Amino acid sequence: MPKIKLPTKSPRIDMTPMVDTFCVILIFLLLTSQMRQPEPVNVDMPFSISETPIPDFNSMTFLIGDEGEVFFNVDNGEDTAFQFRRKILDAMAEQYEIEFNNQEKDLFERYPSPIGVPIQQLKDFLNADASARKGMETGIPLDSTDNQLAMWILFSRQENPNVRATIKADSNTEFPAIKKVLEILQDNRVNRFNLVTSLEAVRINLDEIQQ
Amino acid sequence: MAEIVQAEKGGGNKKRAKKILPHMDMTPMVDLMMLLITFFMLTTSLSKSKVMEITLPEKLKDESAAPPKISASRTLNILLGPDDRIFWYPGGVDAEDYDNLPPVTETDYSAEGIRALLLDRNRFLARKINEFEQQVLEGKIRISRDSLQKATSQMKTDDDTGPIVLIKAHDEANYGNFVDILDEMNICGIARYTFMDIAWYETQMVNNAVGRTTTASAN
Repeated sequence: MPKIKLPTKSPRIDMTPMVDTFCVILIFLLLTSQMRQPEPVNVDMPFSISETPIPDFNSMTFLIGDEGEVFFNVDNGEDTAFQFRRKILDAMAEQYEIEFNNQEKDLFERYPSPIGVPIQQLKDFLNADASARKGMETGIPLDSTDNQLAMWILFSRQENPNVRATIKADSNTEFPAIKKVLEILQDNRVNRFNLVTSLEAVRINLDEIQQ
Repeated sequence: MAEIVQAEKGGGNKKRAKKILPHMDMTPMVDLMMLLITFFMLTTSLSKSKVMEITLPEKLKDESAAPPKISASRTLNILLGPDDRIFWYPGGVDAEDYDNLPPVTETDYSAEGIRALLLDRNRFLARKINEFEQQVLEGKIRISRDSLQKATSQMKTDDDTGPIVLIKAHDEANYGNFVDILDEMNICGIARYTFMDIAWYETQMVNNAVGRTTTASAN
């Protein structure tokens, strides 16, 4: 009886369709996603049923950590050509008599995440490297003697009148810290706020109401 | 192509080199793709966070101006207490009556707690809005999403039976409580609610309910 010869070669799988699939997934991810910006503090957002997406531009963000430290961020507006951030920094520099050079201004203009340093330390902060920056952020001063947050709000609204206030805070933050920020905003005649939340679906049925 | 095939047929005797299709090994490319996808998955946030809008009443510039009068029978005070506790009491407190403060009722943030209470108080409006939305869902009323929102807010403006909810936060409440209670307002379709500063006697009421001595809050 003749022996059956088994093929010694390992079976070869054509990987081309797999490459195609991965390419499609990759392109999909690239187009639909936004890079997650690193944030100076991690916040655990509370849940709500609201479905309004966070606005892409014209918003000033107050990031409040669970210790009550406040970080401030404002965007460049609809088009980066508006250079709102640079103008706001110029106004702040004039107010506090600090000179920033062009390089520092550029850095500030492109800085993606909220900043939480007093304006006096902002120069050092911008010149420091990423690892050193972490330790410097202690929150923006907002007590009545040195209310820098109010100044940031004032100049942001002067440069970009359409700016809306967005508050992002940890759900464990003690309420007085939030209230302080709300009060400063209200002193600057900002009465509408967006609170950043994660989506949680809740439904109530009719029977529950009709009881 | 056809020409080439014919030419080959013509020279049938000739030995021709075996045609080997160039085969490219795609495995490294797959590896690379996997790596890139994993990287993008980890660094991106697919779902954008949502925002909840809230409008606070404008601060009165003139301190002496009297606050607007609201009917006590429709007023519902919600006090956000420490340790995720929540209390409520109806009506208001008379200025002369500070010695015997009204009792507060404790409830919780669950669907059976504060939501049941609010829905009960607001049942007329809530039913109206819910029935309207049901009809839209079933296709009985054809309406765009924008006008649905407008119609709901119009219903809220016209309503004069629902409660007027005043939300007050104790100093030891946290931000999560604040968002939770505002969320309940949206869920229950409360037409009139506002957030205000807690009065000293209300702090005392919460402290009494929690079972704390009131020395710290009295000053």
